[in-house]
Amino acid sequence: MPSQVSAFAVFFASIFTSNILLTNYLGMCSFLAVSKEMKTSVGLGAAVTFVLAVTTPLNWLVYQYLLIPFNLEYLRFIVFIIVIAAFVQLTEMTLERYSEPLYQALGIFLPLITVNCAILGASLFMVIREYTFITSLLFGIGSGIGWFLAIVAMSGIRTKLRTAKIPPALEGPGITLIIAGFMAMAFMGFSGMIAVS
Amino acid sequence: MAKSKLRKTFMEPLGKNNPVFVQILGICSTLAVTNKLQNTMVMVLGVTFTTALSAWTVSLLRKHIPSRIRMMVETMIIAAYVILVDIILKAYYPEMWKQLGPYVGLIITNCIVMGRVEAFALTNKPLPSLVDGLASGLGYAYVLLIIAAVRELLGSGSLWGFQILGSWWTNWAIMIMPPGGFFMLAIFIWVIRETVMKEIDHA
Repeated sequence: MPSQVSAFAVFFASIFTSNILLTNYLGMCSFLAVSKEMKTSVGLGAAVTFVLAVTTPLNWLVYQYLLIPFNLEYLRFIVFIIVIAAFVQLTEMTLERYSEPLYQALGIFLPLITVNCAILGASLFMVIREYTFITSLLFGIGSGIGWFLAIVAMSGIRTKLRTAKIPPALEGPGITLIIAGFMAMAFMGFSGMIAVS
Repeated sequence: MAKSKLRKTFMEPLGKNNPVFVQILGICSTLAVTNKLQNTMVMVLGVTFTTALSAWTVSLLRKHIPSRIRMMVETMIIAAYVILVDIILKAYYPEMWKQLGPYVGLIITNCIVMGRVEAFALTNKPLPSLVDGLASGLGYAYVLLIIAAVRELLGSGSLWGFQILGSWWTNWAIMIMPPGGFFMLAIFIWVIRETVMKEIDHA
């Protein structure tokens, strides 16, 4: 349906109005686990953005030129996850070999990313919404930026929380989820701007 | 294998080692599908099926999987079952399939499935693994069903699609929207930790 929607609308929508984390709840596991510290959040956020930006269009190519011609659409789950895992592995090895500082900054987060549902989720959304290549590329980048924004904002808030008095039973995941709820409400404020389902 | 041990394997994921409110796993789908009871039911059946059978399969093959590529093999096994669920849904309940959208496929990256396979099935015999997978699935299932019931009741005034609350009820639209999911799960975790878990901690 929304294949006619302009690619830029999709780009902005995936950052703000349909943020992949706050409205589709993708990538929650690592979001809850890693958002304690600003530094690690930035690292993971950047790694997720990078992987999303590459694997979403990559999976688009695989889907259009490999799976559809052979009528193998039902295999897309397996194929997408292989593409993602292979790409992550490759990136990790390349970084380790050629760029020590970048590996220290991003590489350690890469293994976590294969099982981050945001990556697979973006590829599946891209298929369901019938995006074109350019749109998938922008959607991948936008979703990554959206995820980055959310986790960095969350870790910023959680740093302040250290001095706050929280009911013991609510500490950790509980309070993080409540803050995420408020953030989701805040992001809903954007929804009047662009509407893309 | 003593019966009591199997029972313990079965009971733990339902209570003090619950995947959702103790281990905080599988949150993505917990939040995304719980705005309607029917969706949630289909989702939890899919997850329980996948968790139980992939744990069983991995356990059967555990001596033949090379440890270097075990993650890859496990993912393949899980994905195979998820594809099965997807195809069955698409064939018999196309409406439901459309509504769940990408979340059926996302069972693959649901940490509960991978977690049970890694933590239990790799080192245990097939039968206990099956029981453990099944119990984890059920532990996930009942939490989701409770959350979904509250969200649907408050958000649309209905349960299982039937209108329960009369016209005097004003729907809390927020409950079926994304923030409602976050708040509901947080409150659920809070209540459980404040009441039930406290006793377990002290015991």
